[in-house]
Amino acid sequence: MADETLVEEIVRRYDGEIGMLIPMMQDLQTACGYLAVDQLKRLAERLEVPLSRLYAVATFYSSFRLAPKGQHEVTLCVGTVCHLKGAGAISEMIREAFKVEAGGTTPDGLFSFQPVNCVGACALAPVMIVDGKYYDGVSKDSVLKILHGLPLAEPAAKGEGNK
Amino acid sequence: MTVATCKRFSAPADLERFRDELRRRPPAAARTVRVCIGTGCTARGSHKVYELFTQALKEVGAKAEAAKCVGCHGFCERGPIVVVQPGDILYQRVEEPDVAEIFRETIMGGRVVERLLYEDPATKARARTSAEIPFYKAQQRIVLAHNGEIDPKRIEDYVAVGGYAALAKTLATMTPEEVLSEVEKSGLRGRGGGGFPTGRKWRSCREAPGEPKYVICNGDEGDPGAFMDRSVMEGNPHSVIEGMIIGAYAIGSHQGYLYVRNEYPLAVEHLKLAIAQAREFGLLGEDILGTGFSFDIRINRGGGAFVCGESTALMASLEGRPGEPRAKYVHTVEHGLWDKPSNLNNVETWANVPPILNNGSGWFAAIGTAKSKGTKVFSLVGEVVNTGLIEVPMGMTLRQIIFDIGGGVKGGKAFKGVQTGGPSGGCIPAQFLDAPVDFDELTRLGSMMGSGGMIVMSEDTCMVNVARYFTHFLMDESCGKCTPCREGLAQMLAILDRITHGEGQPGDIDQLQKMAGLLEGAALCALGKTAANPVMSTIRYFRQEYDAHIIEKRCPAKQCRGLFRYEISVERCKACGLCRKHCPAEAVSGAKKTPHVIDQQKCTRCGTCLEKCPFDAVLKV
Ligand SMILES: Cc1cc2nc3c(=O)[nH]c(=O)nc-3n(C[C@H](O)[C@H](O)[C@H](O)COP(=O)(O)O)c2cc1C
Ligand code: FES
Repeated sequence: MADETLVEEIVRRYDGEIGMLIPMMQDLQTACGYLAVDQLKRLAERLEVPLSRLYAVATFYSSFRLAPKGQHEVTLCVGTVCHLKGAGAISEMIREAFKVEAGGTTPDGLFSFQPVNCVGACALAPVMIVDGKYYDGVSKDSVLKILHGLPLAEPAAKGEGNK
Repeated sequence: MTVATCKRFSAPADLERFRDELRRRPPAAARTVRVCIGTGCTARGSHKVYELFTQALKEVGAKAEAAKCVGCHGFCERGPIVVVQPGDILYQRVEEPDVAEIFRETIMGGRVVERLLYEDPATKARARTSAEIPFYKAQQRIVLAHNGEIDPKRIEDYVAVGGYAALAKTLATMTPEEVLSEVEKSGLRGRGGGGFPTGRKWRSCREAPGEPKYVICNGDEGDPGAFMDRSVMEGNPHSVIEGMIIGAYAIGSHQGYLYVRNEYPLAVEHLKLAIAQAREFGLLGEDILGTGFSFDIRINRGGGAFVCGESTALMASLEGRPGEPRAKYVHTVEHGLWDKPSNLNNVETWANVPPILNNGSGWFAAIGTAKSKGTKVFSLVGEVVNTGLIEVPMGMTLRQIIFDIGGGVKGGKAFKGVQTGGPSGGCIPAQFLDAPVDFDELTRLGSMMGSGGMIVMSEDTCMVNVARYFTHFLMDESCGKCTPCREGLAQMLAILDRITHGEGQPGDIDQLQKMAGLLEGAALCALGKTAANPVMSTIRYFRQEYDAHIIEKRCPAKQCRGLFRYEISVERCKACGLCRKHCPAEAVSGAKKTPHVIDQQKCTRCGTCLEKCPFDAVLKV
């Protein structure tokens, strides 16, 4: 499924410089939504470094993901201010109600859940961001309402599958 | 379409000529409007507000520039903020339906829309301009001077307010040595946390053997509750770039890096654009302003790791490796990025450089305290009335900041403490409210300046829980390279978990203190070395709260689940039955028209009744 040209093009974008490994992997993820194993392999081969090096980077930085993301992206701020205003309990509730791990995707692929430390909108705490839209002053109830209201498309969208 | 495009300055005089020309241009319309697109305002829909203004202006045939997107004004609590010129009329909490009225009344009619002005909660007086609002009155803005005033996407705006004048002056009239000594004399200290003298750092890097030398800007801003650097990068990106070019000239560097936090896409976008514009105008790249000096900047995005804010970890990340710090005895000014001399400074530090060179070191050194010069930007957040971004001279007291500017604690609650310095900072209690805020004073109080987060906490905040939160944060973010940090934090967290669950044991505090000592002495990098700060400072000032948890199994702030009870107030209960219906433990009993009661034996202290009660009749005792 993956096309060689993508990796090739990204490598060229940075003149194949190994110092730009992280930007390359970020570009790859932006293009595909996640880091697929075969593409990582190809990137490692192309840069002539062991795959373990890429894996080390991918697992060290929390913004990289090795599995496809859900149809929606849910980010919950659990930074200090949001925490003080109850974000911890909201996060717990989401994980339980939707059977989703922090950084993971719900079993039905509805959304990926990422708790983060401060999105810089502390005046609006607690803050949740769904597909780029900010919700301020959220509570357990309002979060449930928002997340239950998310439309679930046909289960076609496995990564970049059927487009 | 503007004269500006395709203009490349080949001498400092060209820049001045351009500036004159910009200043002589007539304003885009009789009245112009600025809409804040900082994060807080954007989250509340300011983009839409901006679009509506643009549309309305277009319909009456005004130039596109009559409506402007600007960076954070700081008063996030009251966003979206809209300012109409001339007159500096500040409207707050502007929503889509308000646009038509502002347009009709103020922009077309020149009348003020009273109801959208800021109203002083105490005096009920309405303020027309920012200068009349207490939140702004006590501030002194150097770094944020043009935030909220200029369009961060237009280099012309920056130039019109004096941008790149410091660079032109530096390159045309000063030697690198003169720049170094000017920055040294100013007394500028790093705003990223450590407070290291900036001039001294630059000089060490200049004098370190090895080529090339690198200049790096730390825009990782990992501290939760802090958005100072973000606002500068988003709201005035050219000021950071100008500072970096001046620094590079003084140090003798030709390549710079901007390392920006992954969660800040707008900052990346604005910086990218600013870099491209600066290159186009000959302010960046080869032969800057025709002076023969060359320097360029590249942007790297972080990957979402707090530790990458640490200097050696940041450089590892720039080399494409996991961000693991190394021991500090090898200095990065000598052996930094790719083992070459590297100078790293924080965003705000860089943004202070152009004003210092414009106005002179004496001007800067006259602001602040004996050993902390200039101003500091803080993000004032938590349980404070006016959440937002402020800039004040060093030495202002905590009381002035929290009460005069911040408007005090939200909801009229009692002030308990303020957390400064980020996750490895400390909590300062009420008895030190009159302490002047500077690098040394905050350290003396067991906290630190850090990068400038200030989190206000009220009587309802459990300090043990706060310590637990930060310890958890740091454990999560520990890179795992050194054992004291990796294992020590996990052990400390286990103890704190135990205490907040009511299972604390006598001796726990001693144990925590012992481990804190170990961390400070044995951890590899500053993350571990300072990681015990939140615990130590809360033990130092709020020992009685720890004791209440451990000995009495009671949480005085009524936050730790299980360490307080729920009761239903007989007076307030309207017997609606909601709590009874929702209680998962069937612990609530009561009938129609009779106040409900919680069976304390059955109650699991889950708090559902409190959340469900529409009449605030469930009390924590
Ligand atoms: C764990 C850790 C995180 C840090 N995070 C940041 C940060 O986000 N931004 C920053 O400017 N400095 C951060 N620092 C401080 C930097 O290591 C460094 O001291 C600073 O960027 C130097 O710039 P300055 O001299 O201008 O302050 C951090 C330090 C540590 C130990
Ligand atoms: S802590 Fe949540 S936005 Fe800052």
